[in-house]
Parts: sequence; C-alpha cells; structure tokens
Amino acid sequence: MLLLATLAACGRQQGEAETPEPGAGVGATLENKGSDTMVNLALAWAEAYSQIQTDLQIAVTGGGSGTGIAALINGTVDMANASRQIKPEEVEQARANGIEPVQHTVAGDAIAIVVHPSNPVDGLTIPQLADIYTGRISNWSGVGGEDRPIVLLSRESNSGTHVFFLENVVRQGLEGNDALFSPNTLLMPSSEGISAEVRQNPNAIGYDGLGYVTADQKVVDVALGEGRPYIMPSVETVRDETYPIARGLYIYTAGEPQGAVQAYLDWILSPEGQAIVQELGFVPLQ
Amino acid sequence: MRNREFVVETVIRVAGFSAIFFVILIFLFLMREGAPAFWEISPDNFFGERWYPNEDLFGTLPLIMGSLLVTLGAVVIALPLGLATAIFIRELAPDWLREILKPLVEILAGIPSVVLGFLGMVAVSPLVREWLNVPTGLTAFTGSLMLAYMSLPTIISVADDAIDAVPKAHRDGALALGATHWQTIWRVVLPAARSGVIIAVMLGIGRAIGETMAVMMVTGNAARIPSEWNALFFPARTMTATIAAEMGEVAQGSTHYQVLFAIGILLFVVTFVINAIASIVVIRGGPRRGGRLMG
Repeated sequence: MLLLATLAACGRQQGEAETPEPGAGVGATLENKGSDTMVNLALAWAEAYSQIQTDLQIAVTGGGSGTGIAALINGTVDMANASRQIKPEEVEQARANGIEPVQHTVAGDAIAIVVHPSNPVDGLTIPQLADIYTGRISNWSGVGGEDRPIVLLSRESNSGTHVFFLENVVRQGLEGNDALFSPNTLLMPSSEGISAEVRQNPNAIGYDGLGYVTADQKVVDVALGEGRPYIMPSVETVRDETYPIARGLYIYTAGEPQGAVQAYLDWILSPEGQAIVQELGFVPLQ
Repeated sequence: MRNREFVVETVIRVAGFSAIFFVILIFLFLMREGAPAFWEISPDNFFGERWYPNEDLFGTLPLIMGSLLVTLGAVVIALPLGLATAIFIRELAPDWLREILKPLVEILAGIPSVVLGFLGMVAVSPLVREWLNVPTGLTAFTGSLMLAYMSLPTIISVADDAIDAVPKAHRDGALALGATHWQTIWRVVLPAARSGVIIAVMLGIGRAIGETMAVMMVTGNAARIPSEWNALFFPARTMTATIAAEMGEVAQGSTHYQVLFAIGILLFVVTFVINAIASIVVIRGGPRRGGRLMG
C-alpha cells in the first residue's frame, strides 16, 4: 500500500580520503516523503539524479501530502512532497518545532474526473460535481446519464488531492462554504484503489492526478459552470489555465535549501528534471 | 551446576513476566497518548455520527458500528464453515486425507493479509457487485468474506483440537447405544467439545476485529452509519482501517492523533473483553467435561 521504495544510488564509497563537499558528502542520504500523487515522479527524479550524483542516496516514500508535511514538521525528512499548499496550522506547528517550511513549486497537475468507459456522460460542471460529491445528486440520470446509482470514490483525507478537491470542487472555491463529502464517499487508500474500481464499476466516479489516469478509464470534460466551455484536462489546457481544476505540485524544505538539497532542487527545475515531469503525464513548468 | 539452574530459571521467569509487562506498557502508552481525547473533545462529538477529522469531526460511531458489522458478518460466515471443516477433518475424513488437510489449513493462516486484500479488491469485489447487484463491490460484506477466510484457520485448528480432546469412550458409548455416526457427532462429540468450540469462535472474532490491511482494501472505507437492514451490502469503515489510514498523517500530539489512540483504546478494550470471556469459558468448561466423563 505504502509505496515505499528506497533508492540506493550505488553509493560506492570511493575515495574515503577525499574531503567530502559540505552537505553533499560521500554516501549522504536525502529523505524525501509525502504526496502519493508525486511518488512516481519523485522516484523518477531520484533515479535519474542518482545517475549524475552517484554518491548521493535519495529515499523516496509516499503516504500522502499530510504525511510528508507532518514528517517535515517532526524533523524526520529533508524534503516533503505535497500536492497541496501547506496549511497555516501546519506552518505554526513547524515553527513551534523550530522549522521554517519553504515552498518550491516543482510541477503542475490537473485533477482529472474519471468514470467507467461505458458511462455515456461526457462533461460535468463544477456545481454538478459538487452536487454529486455532497450526495445531492445520487443517480447518474441526474446529470444526463443512465439510471444507475452513483458510487463516489475519493482519496483518503490525508491526501493533498482530497483536500484540493474539497476546497475547489466540493466547496467550489467559495469562502465560508463548509460543505463536506457525502458520508457515502468511498475513501480509497491509494490511486490504484480508485483506478481499479473505476475500471470495473460502471456506477463509479473518481478523481485523480492526470498522471495516474490510464487508458481504460474515461476522462470527463469539466466546465466551470452551465454555458461555459467543457475542457479536457491536458498539458495545454493546464498551461493556458482553461482547465478549471489544476494545481501546483510542491516540495517543502526545512528552511532555505542548502548543499545537496539545493543542488537537487535546482536540477529538478532544470530542463532535464522537467522533461521527466512531462514524461510522467504531469505538467512541466515553463 | 546450581548456578546454571538459577540462571536458566531466572531467564525463563523474566521471559514469562515480560509478556504481562509489555501488555501493561502498551496499555499505559495507549492511555497516555489517547486518554486526553476523552476530555478534550465533547462526548457529543466523540460518539457523533460524522467522522471527518480534517474539520474536527471525530464521531467514532460509524467506525465502531463498521467494525462490529464486518466482524459479525465474518463470524456468521466462518463459524459454520470452520466447524464443518473441523468435524470433517477429525470425525469423517480418512487418515490420509486428514494428513493432507491439516497442514493445508495451517498454510492458509500464512497468507499475508495484504495479498488477500488485493485479491479481494480485484477479484472478489467485482463478483460481489455483479452477483448481489449492489452499487459497488467494496462493501462490508466483501470485508466479512475476507475476514472469514482469514479467521477460518484459527477456528478450524482450535475446534479440531477440541473435538480431538473428546475421549474415545464418548463415541464408543454413543455408538453402542445405537446412535448413528451423525447423531454421535451432533449430540455427543460437539456438546462435549463445546468449550473448545466457543474458544475457537472467540479467537476467530479476535483475529477478525483486529485485522486491518485486507479490510482497508475491500470495504470502501466510507464512514457511514449502517442503519439499513441490508447495511452489510454497503461500504463501511472500520476502526482498524481508520487508524492505519490516518496515523501516518497526523502531527504528533494533535487532537486527531489523540483520537486515533483513543480508538486504539476502544479496540484494546474490545479484544480484552473477548479474550476474558474466552478464558472464563475455558475455566468453567474444563471441569464440566471431566464430570461428564465420570457419568
């Protein structure tokens, strides 16, 4: 479940006598934890980077954005991956522990709405999605589909995708709107849980990062509201800001990054690092 | 020589007491981390109907009822199956078949729950949805099926031992009085093995209520109150799955963290009660069996 993959970048302890660079010493290890949306991306980065920096080990773990930020607050990781921005309470907690979280935007992402391939519904508006996920619409016929019950799928509440979806879709980005997910929402512990259910259940609707959508799920176009254009999530529609549910992907560090961490972040933002972003179906920064 | 004796005895004694010591330590730790939740949030909230910790809604009622629902379902499925298997292995199967079945049942117990969970998610839940015609196959019932499968080895092994412990004289007596094979099993052997069978069920329940991974993967984890008569065929969220899914996320010492430990306390109490009942049954059941042997 927990996508735990430790990348041991062939840390051959060559040249013990050489003085190691400060912060990027021989056999140094970076702990990188957080967003499950970003875990494959973080792994791909770590893998590619280990080809360049052979004596640096980067340990990548998933668990959710909240998990990564909690680990940063507790001082157990060097970098926390998050698919949502850090909350003010979390910043306070971090400061109480003497840690100043610094945000680095490393990629862009769209939240795709996915349904079973046989589902005839092609487009949904944000208000419709809000009604579906709060339980006001519980049958597909309510949004122009077949007469079937709607099965709501969501990521667990520690997922950044979940929090982003709550704020921007369920609450439609409105201040003071305290709508909640319907209690009937199935909270899946992983992206794979969502795609497995969407693939085989014609009643299901789910959401996930664009990079996790496989060909055997149907992506629904999304419109801001009635009468507005229905937009397909893609690199282009995220870039030109026409797709309504897009977001940044972040890495948080404890204080301004130094040494190995800084070198790694610089590399991630370089064309080489951003090429990997594109490869994995996310949206590279310009 | 005497010295060595002393050392060995001490080591064994320490090992024996350490079990008690660790249980007490675990309980104290649970209390220290979880008890503040009981006075920091109102009982209305704690036993409320909505579990959504992101918004400080800590209603544990759906979780408790979810756990009970899934566990009860598992017992209802596993008890007849397990008992029947135990009876077959001990009373009906020829020797060679018994020699094969016994170890196979024990291998069942060794299947990791995450494997069963994955199997449940990709193979069992679609079947549940199609056969029962329910909106989704990720239901409490699917969880019960997986749990039943997981507690079967426990139930079978313990029940099998209990049946094996019934003296041969009982069977001979019954058969000599003209009872059929089935009457002997149903009227004589099973009642004599009753206490052992009850322990088997209790251990099965203990196994089921504490199981996490498989349940988390197949029950859908929707924290809803199972209020309908057919709630078993809708998604549910158990206490264990909640702890597992959310413990990694919380900041240490936050209310959410304490509530998760408080749920741990509830679970601890439930398993403790189950084990206590099982022990009482053993103590009371022991002499009675002996008494019947005399009569």
